[in-house]
Amino acid sequence: MLDKNGIAKRIAKEVKDGMYVNLGIGIPTLVANYVPEHIEVVLQSENGLLGTGPFPFEGEEDADLINAGKQTVTTLPGSSIFDSAMSFGMIRAQKVDLTILGAMEVSENGDIANWKVPGKMVKGMGGAMDLVASAKKIIVAMQHCDKAGNSKLLPHCTLPLTGVHCIQKVVTDLGVFDIHDGAFILLERAADVSIEEIKAKTAGKLIIPNHVGIVE
Amino acid sequence: MGFNKVVNNAHEACAGIQDGMTLMVGGFGLCGIPENSISELVKMGVKNLTCISNNAGVDDFGLGLLLQGKQVKKMISSYVGENAEFERQMLSGELDVELVPQGTLATRCMAAGYGMPVIYTPAGVGTEVAIGKETRVFNGKTYLMEYAFDADFAIVKAWKGDTMGNLIFRSTARNFNPMMAMAGKITIAEVEELVPAGELDPDHIHTPGIYVHRIFQGVGYEKRIEQRTTQKRA
Repeated sequence: MLDKNGIAKRIAKEVKDGMYVNLGIGIPTLVANYVPEHIEVVLQSENGLLGTGPFPFEGEEDADLINAGKQTVTTLPGSSIFDSAMSFGMIRAQKVDLTILGAMEVSENGDIANWKVPGKMVKGMGGAMDLVASAKKIIVAMQHCDKAGNSKLLPHCTLPLTGVHCIQKVVTDLGVFDIHDGAFILLERAADVSIEEIKAKTAGKLIIPNHVGIVE
Repeated sequence: MGFNKVVNNAHEACAGIQDGMTLMVGGFGLCGIPENSISELVKMGVKNLTCISNNAGVDDFGLGLLLQGKQVKKMISSYVGENAEFERQMLSGELDVELVPQGTLATRCMAAGYGMPVIYTPAGVGTEVAIGKETRVFNGKTYLMEYAFDADFAIVKAWKGDTMGNLIFRSTARNFNPMMAMAGKITIAEVEELVPAGELDPDHIHTPGIYVHRIFQGVGYEKRIEQRTTQKRA
């Protein structure tokens, strides 16, 4: 099984040179640590920053310079800053090439639920609905099953939706899946996870191609 | 006189804000919030406010201060997760909350400032956000029709401003401030540094003074950091 860093490392392979990328909170944030040095990417923070840099050195935090997770960050050579309307303008206009975000559920037709659990405190969707509605390419990073062991790859989402027909790829602790024509297609499995286990833990329609790779 | 928008302090700037009004309040988290004006609203004790703001502050800072005094009737925000008193009031039904996707929130402010009654956005299509809303299909994609906001006052924070109300924001403290500044029937700007007209380069102005009705130099900015993240020097 892949741990959080393993999931992030695998997703980093989907990041190509010259991409503008929006990373969500949680595992997606870790992806930045695994993008090879020879690949240039620009990270967008939807509060209004392109070219999000690393955390500042202690003592150099700037209250005016934060990322979308409200963490203190830095700028990089070539960074730019803009207002919230322009930030979501560039997302809506598909200038941002890749969005990576977490989810509570994904369905076989590419629907995603990641913002609200009925009966629990609702914190809000933030920018997630805007991102999934518009992004050219979206990759979901999540655990394959919830804490009770229930599959999060479903025929239909049971939680309130964040967006519909929008997810193309899911990377979980068990493997890598494309979503296509109403099914999850198993592309790669974690080295120590059997196809039988993945079948058992995937509630949505699952297609097993003749060749299934191993996640490296 | 003329185009001098300067008032002496937050007290003068907030004159006329009354119970039941709708206020836009700039900022993202605690970054770029109008600290002086929020303190003044607490002092004034105005109640039953509807606040349009991306977040609701934390328990003891930002809009959380207005929530403590039960001055807010309704919050229109995209994310409200950092505030226990907010949660309590929301669950008890004392506080009405309308959650709006962040880009929709920003663009509904922008629309008001650009004189456009509605926007079309794909955000929220097929979700509960879309319930009861008109949709239209453009080029094969479905969009929701969302209305421009209508706010009695917009309250923003800028880095520098001049006596004619021209504003320059600093770093990511810009966030919602420019489009909210454009959207208020009356716009109040508090700035860290107020300078005479002519000192700011016209090419560097983010918000032209035509949108700003009252401006004052704020005092004692705390600029609290919500998530202090750092790295050690190698």
